[in-house]
Amino acid sequence: MRRPGLLYVPFWATYVFLYTPIVVLVVMSFNAGDSPYTFEGASLKWYGELAGDATVRQGLVNTLIVAAGSTVLSTVLGTLLAVGMARYSRSRLLDAFGLLPAVLPDLVLAIALLVFYAAVQMTLGLHSVIMAHVVFGMAFVAAVVRTRLSHADTSLEEASRDLGATPLATFTRITLPTLAPGIVAGALLAFTLSIDEFVIAFFTAAPTEPTLPIVIYSMVRFGVTPEINALATILLAVSFTVVIVAQRMTRLTESFR
Amino acid sequence: MTAVPEAPAATQTLVGIQGVSRRFGDVTALDDVTLDIRQGEFFALLGPSGCGKTTLLRILAGFETPDSGTVTLDGADLLARPAHRRPVNLMFQSYALFPHMTVARNVAYGLEREGLPRAEVRSRVAEVLGTVGLTTQAGRRPDQLSGGQRQRVALARAIVKRPRLLLLDEPLSALDKKVRAEMQLELKRLQHEVGITFVVVTHDQEEAMSLADRIAVLDSGRVQQVDAPVRLYERPSTPFVAGFIGANNLFEGTAAGGGLSVPGLGTLPAAGGLAAGTPALLGVRPESVRLGDTGDLRGVVADVSFYGGLSHIAVRVAGHDRPVLVAEQGPSRVHAGARVGLGWSAADAVLIAR
Ligand SMILES: Nc1ncnc2c1ncn2[C@@H]1O[C@H](COP(=O)(O)OP(=O)(O)OP(=O)(O)O)[C@@H](O)[C@H]1O
Ligand SMILES: [Mg+2]
Repeated sequence: MRRPGLLYVPFWATYVFLYTPIVVLVVMSFNAGDSPYTFEGASLKWYGELAGDATVRQGLVNTLIVAAGSTVLSTVLGTLLAVGMARYSRSRLLDAFGLLPAVLPDLVLAIALLVFYAAVQMTLGLHSVIMAHVVFGMAFVAAVVRTRLSHADTSLEEASRDLGATPLATFTRITLPTLAPGIVAGALLAFTLSIDEFVIAFFTAAPTEPTLPIVIYSMVRFGVTPEINALATILLAVSFTVVIVAQRMTRLTESFR
Repeated sequence: MTAVPEAPAATQTLVGIQGVSRRFGDVTALDDVTLDIRQGEFFALLGPSGCGKTTLLRILAGFETPDSGTVTLDGADLLARPAHRRPVNLMFQSYALFPHMTVARNVAYGLEREGLPRAEVRSRVAEVLGTVGLTTQAGRRPDQLSGGQRQRVALARAIVKRPRLLLLDEPLSALDKKVRAEMQLELKRLQHEVGITFVVVTHDQEEAMSLADRIAVLDSGRVQQVDAPVRLYERPSTPFVAGFIGANNLFEGTAAGGGLSVPGLGTLPAAGGLAAGTPALLGVRPESVRLGDTGDLRGVVADVSFYGGLSHIAVRVAGHDRPVLVAEQGPSRVHAGARVGLGWSAADAVLIAR
């Protein structure tokens, strides 16, 4: 059968539109020259510059701390929130409010958090960014786990109790493992969202403890250098790795079922 | 409606169900159910789909609470105990196997929760897997099993705990005839050896008849009759049971001396102590009907089917809307179109008040 080739045009057009800038960025990061726009031969010069840049390194460390901390908290709280909503709440309104931080505009959340921190007189630092990221991370985790829960078979938990397992044992041995793919997916989502989150971090971080996106932002204000390209390329590699790992892991836990 | 004299009970009551009702919205799943299940007996629940069988088992297991009524186990209130503290195990109609565990882990789960020593868990799991014929599948996950194998895992997981009361919801429905017969024998053996009390839901009347000590027939959430299989078959006490259990020829009319008076058919013979004039139903089993040249009824043979050991003959009788079924040993002597007489002895027919 001949395939109608025309159908593929929008498909390829989308890909070209999506990936051309990324390819350009990666190529330019290996530029030997000083201009971010014209290629003057290949070198790892900018990666070297990057490695020597203490501000960037500090930003990266801060971002990783924030992402790791907020992911752990979001995953635990989000999972509990999802289970709680599914089991103990009949109110759709309450459900909607639980998931609201995921869709609230970043700017609204950022300002609200800043006002709140000021009201309780909390000092800003990495902890304030972590808490801020937990607010939306938790909502994303809850949304993903919730979906998984709604497809879960409640008779499994009944079977567990029937066989003499206490509610706690049932939760840890039956509920959590059947939710595992959802929890892993939610955690990775929270992690990737936290890594490149800018607006909320910008408002809630202390000026002395900027995260990587804030560092990049201040670098860009003085013009784009190939160093930024190199940094972006590294971030890209990290994101790809996370996505691939995520797929592997969900397939792995999926085979549990 | 229920109480029909039963054999004197030497055994004591294990489960007492008193006036249990359960409604879901406007569906009445159970309507004032009262039953006694005796220690060590094989009790079957029989009834059409949606009559409340699963709901009753779920109440006994602790996953539903009745709207009203009481349930006792050994005389103590059962409803007050949470599901995981009841000496009761339920085999789910949907199996509910844990998908992330192997067959062996599924079966071991309940024993591990009791905190039994590992060696004992292992030997009991191996034993019960042997019983259900799944020893070679012990390391597989549920999604790598056939439907019948899954059902046997669910059965193994429930029986390995040796509870006081074992509730089985359609335990053998997915098995082929041969395995099914083996499992039936196995259930009987377990019941005798371990002394577990069984409550089994089944769609299969023959299975209920051959396995159960007593059968409760349910319809629309109501208990219609509780009796030993033979009595249930021979002496149905309600029109529903007469029509539901086995093949039956039913005639509507009013009780008259020595039988049932049916408009257009005259008086049909039946034993029974109904007062003359009471609206009643006469039931006579196909194997009790005699074919001959003369009889109480006359008709034309509409159809003859041969089933190896016996033949079923359908006879159309003027004035009766459904053909009368006759079962005869061996190949039939009559052919479609023949004019025949039908008769039975009064002792073989039951009269049931309508
Ligand atoms: N959780 C529930 N919510 C609403 N209705 C229910 C619920 N559980 C059972 N029912 C209804 O109660 C009635 C009895 O259900 P039940 O599952 O006990 O039937 P059953 O006799 O086991 O049927 P089957 O032979 O098909 O398994 C049905 O009409 C069913 O729709
Ligand atoms: Mg059922």
